[in-house]
Amino acid sequence: MAKLNLNRVPMNKQEPEIRRWNPYEVALGYSYEQAVEEANRCLQCKKPGCMNGCPVNVDIPGFVGALAQGDLPQAAQVLWKHNSLPAICGRVCPQETQCESQCVLGKKGAPIAIGRLERFVADWARANPEESGVFNPELPKSTGKKVAILGSGPAGLTCAADLAKSGHQVTVFEALHLAGGVCVYGIPEFRLPKSIVQAEVNYLQNTLGVDFELNHVMGRISNVDELLKDGYDAVFLGVGAGAPMFLNIPGENSKGVYSANEFLVRLNLMKAYLFPQYDTPIKIGKRVAVLGAGNVTMDSARWALRMGAEEVHVVYRRTKAEMPARAEERGNAEEEGIIFDLLTNPSQVLSDEQGWVKGMECVRMELGEPDESGRRRPVPIKGSEFVVDFDTVVPALGTQPNPLIPRTTPGLETTKRGTVQADENGKTTKEGVWAGGDIVTGAATVISAMGAGKRASAAINEYLK
Amino acid sequence: MNKIVEKKELAPKIKQLDIENPEIAAKVSPGQFAIVITGGKGERFPLTVAGADPSKGTIRLIFNEVGKSSKELGTFSVGQELRGLAGPLGNPTEIENFGTVLCFGGGVMSGPLLYIAEAFRQAGNKLIVAIGARTSELLIFKEELQAIADKFYVCTDDGSEGYQGVDFLNDVLKEKKGDYALAMSVATATQKAICEITRPFGIKTITSLTPIMLDGTGMCGACRVNVGGETKFACVDGPEFDGHLVDWDLLESRKRTYVAEERTSSLCYEMGEEFASAEK
Ligand SMILES: Cc1cc2nc3c(=O)[nH]c(=O)nc-3n(C[C@H](O)[C@H](O)[C@H](O)COP(=O)(O)OP(=O)(O)OC[C@H]3O[C@@H](n4cnc5c(N)ncnc54)[C@H](O)[C@@H]3O)c2cc1C
Ligand SMILES: Cc1cc2nc3c(=O)[nH]c(=O)nc-3n(C[C@H](O)[C@H](O)[C@H](O)COP(=O)(O)OP(=O)(O)OC[C@H]3O[C@@H](n4cnc5c(N)ncnc54)[C@H](O)[C@@H]3O)c2cc1C
Ligand code: SF4
Ligand code: SF4
Ligand code: FES
Repeated sequence: MAKLNLNRVPMNKQEPEIRRWNPYEVALGYSYEQAVEEANRCLQCKKPGCMNGCPVNVDIPGFVGALAQGDLPQAAQVLWKHNSLPAICGRVCPQETQCESQCVLGKKGAPIAIGRLERFVADWARANPEESGVFNPELPKSTGKKVAILGSGPAGLTCAADLAKSGHQVTVFEALHLAGGVCVYGIPEFRLPKSIVQAEVNYLQNTLGVDFELNHVMGRISNVDELLKDGYDAVFLGVGAGAPMFLNIPGENSKGVYSANEFLVRLNLMKAYLFPQYDTPIKIGKRVAVLGAGNVTMDSARWALRMGAEEVHVVYRRTKAEMPARAEERGNAEEEGIIFDLLTNPSQVLSDEQGWVKGMECVRMELGEPDESGRRRPVPIKGSEFVVDFDTVVPALGTQPNPLIPRTTPGLETTKRGTVQADENGKTTKEGVWAGGDIVTGAATVISAMGAGKRASAAINEYLK
Repeated sequence: MNKIVEKKELAPKIKQLDIENPEIAAKVSPGQFAIVITGGKGERFPLTVAGADPSKGTIRLIFNEVGKSSKELGTFSVGQELRGLAGPLGNPTEIENFGTVLCFGGGVMSGPLLYIAEAFRQAGNKLIVAIGARTSELLIFKEELQAIADKFYVCTDDGSEGYQGVDFLNDVLKEKKGDYALAMSVATATQKAICEITRPFGIKTITSLTPIMLDGTGMCGACRVNVGGETKFACVDGPEFDGHLVDWDLLESRKRTYVAEERTSSLCYEMGEEFASAEK
């Protein structure tokens, strides 16, 4: 048996001092040789732990094995069997807590770089559509059944693709003018190029024959009951959890305070980094504070740097250990020069006479007893208030479901947190209506939303028989 | 979809477009707005729906040409299609029989006012209608509004037609106190002035706020306003609010966030084309 190789092939990346000035993708991807070398480290386990860590059960040894043999079409076909958006997942899945965390090699050394390999195979397939054999599915005869998908994020796109492949006529209704959900308006270009998301949407539209009705704010222009009455046989709700939260501290409505959603929508969806070529502006000062510690925080902070801010601070009330952001993205942020103000909680936003942000009053925190989430609860240290100068403040405190759909859908039960109640297959309390993704779980991950879309599509398929 | 089927210039730099969108036309109610995207690089900007004809499948938008986006919209001709149109957004005006309703329309917003006032009228209200503009030639829908009003007044900032300024409304209200009021204008100062006039009379006054918006669906918070001490998202909680509770200074301040960028955008749009043709 070949000797165990415990070191993974490193990822090629733009150097920090270069990438902090541009919006291009940070990770440059493996070359063919690098990918094959990394794939060859895989032990092809009989009971692969890695698969247990993947919410959609990608056949990891299967696609990695084919790649190790240099059989790219086979690798692509195995990969696509369980994951219809691998170019996206390979880039943004938190692999270190999912598939890679369960790889047996991780016990002694570095787990297989599953995400990077997935990305490599997906990018190859996109560049070689004919050869890959994954973009020419044989579509069954039309069943004559119609399904409406509300929302075009990963949950909606996955559900739509699977149902279209089953022969149903699928229409996706999306509120914004571009499809893709958070992948297009939230996750930055430098982590997930928008051309990849667009290619995915084009595939659904052109190959699978899915209809996209953009600029359709459901609950306003039409609602679930009307869809069911208008001849749709089933409805899937994948409307995400997109409403921003604020801290509700004084001064939060000053000019220069952006919710992370506004900040990211301006930059990603509306391309404000290309203003005035594009019409939507954004105003980012020299000293930027981003509040929170999740992926959204890192994304906003790193965008601020790329837009020319001199100093960008992540202000978080706990410590690094409790940060929910992916380790890789936190590391990238640190390399780029983002400053972390830990155990610090803003108590007030200060503004000048014209109403522009000029700073924040913060209070120092210490960690006390664990709370319901098991993390130690931060408590303010009395009398430790201090003031820091900032000219832009971005609360990135998470999001909650937009109440528009629940409010306009009688019979659809929600939880106390405003999420839609659904069983493990996405079935809601309303006949003919399924739901999945962030609207059910609250803000989660791309792959869990896709998993939910997939399970719901299977259930809808069953229902339509 | 979103094809311009009719275009009119109502006054200098005030245009009216009838746009084909049967779905919005069938659903919209007075007081709601739509988000417009002119081209592939365009911003999302809101305009109040000023009328709809469900049988023809069209909606009407009336706008001032003030900056890049509205100037570009003004260049669209009959037959051309908008890149995007989302609506109806926001909550409709609450229409009931309140008794006598004072309807004020400032500038371009006399357009949407006509749509709303007709609904008030149909609900059985008596209407006191007043419209105002900077100067006489910018007054729009005079005849149409006068035709549905029980009392009708006109005012201008420069006194070129009707009363000078809005203060005359004090006397109007002293004579016949209304039961309800609606103040429409894109100028914060005008809306505030009307609300201050109705306040001592204790007339509930609804105003349609025009903060900066981005998505118009409640996902960004760009449109946040302070009403009665609470932060609200104008696009989903409004756009109409009780004008006596609005923090006008905050609204005015936030609306000025991008003054410099708006100017850059507008200049690039106008001069960019000149330079491009000069360089050829
Ligand atoms: C900045 C940011 C970074 C992230 N980074 C990562 C990451 O690195 N890895 C990861 O796995 N996850 C990440 N996430 C989380 C992940 O993106 C989400 O969990 C995932 O996108 C949820 O998918 P979804 O399909 O449920 O909803 P969304 O992606 O939210 O899509 C919902 C769609 O529905 C539309 N919609 C909403 N209301 C209506 C309506 N009334 N009518 C019509 N359409 C409507 C919305 O416009 C949107 O397009 C990140 C999230 C953000 C915000
Ligand atoms: C809910 C809502 C409804 C609206 N309805 C209408 C409507 O029905 N008709 C309409 O014309 N506008 C309306 N507006 C305002 C409209 O959205 C803006 O005029 C638009 O964003 C202008 O974009 P722009 O790029 O042309 O100008 P910008 O570059 O954004 O603005 C240029 C400058 O002109 C000022 N300005 C903006 N609007 C006007 C105006 N109408 N008249 C005079 N000065 C202005 C702004 O304060 C800004 O400083 C509405 C706004 C909201 C939020
Ligand atoms: S989809 Fe995500 S979790 Fe599953 S194998 Fe791929 S990278 Fe890992
Ligand atoms: S657990 Fe690791 S080594 Fe084993 S099959 Fe999965 S990726 Fe390969
Ligand atoms: S415009 Fe974004 S929330 Fe109102």
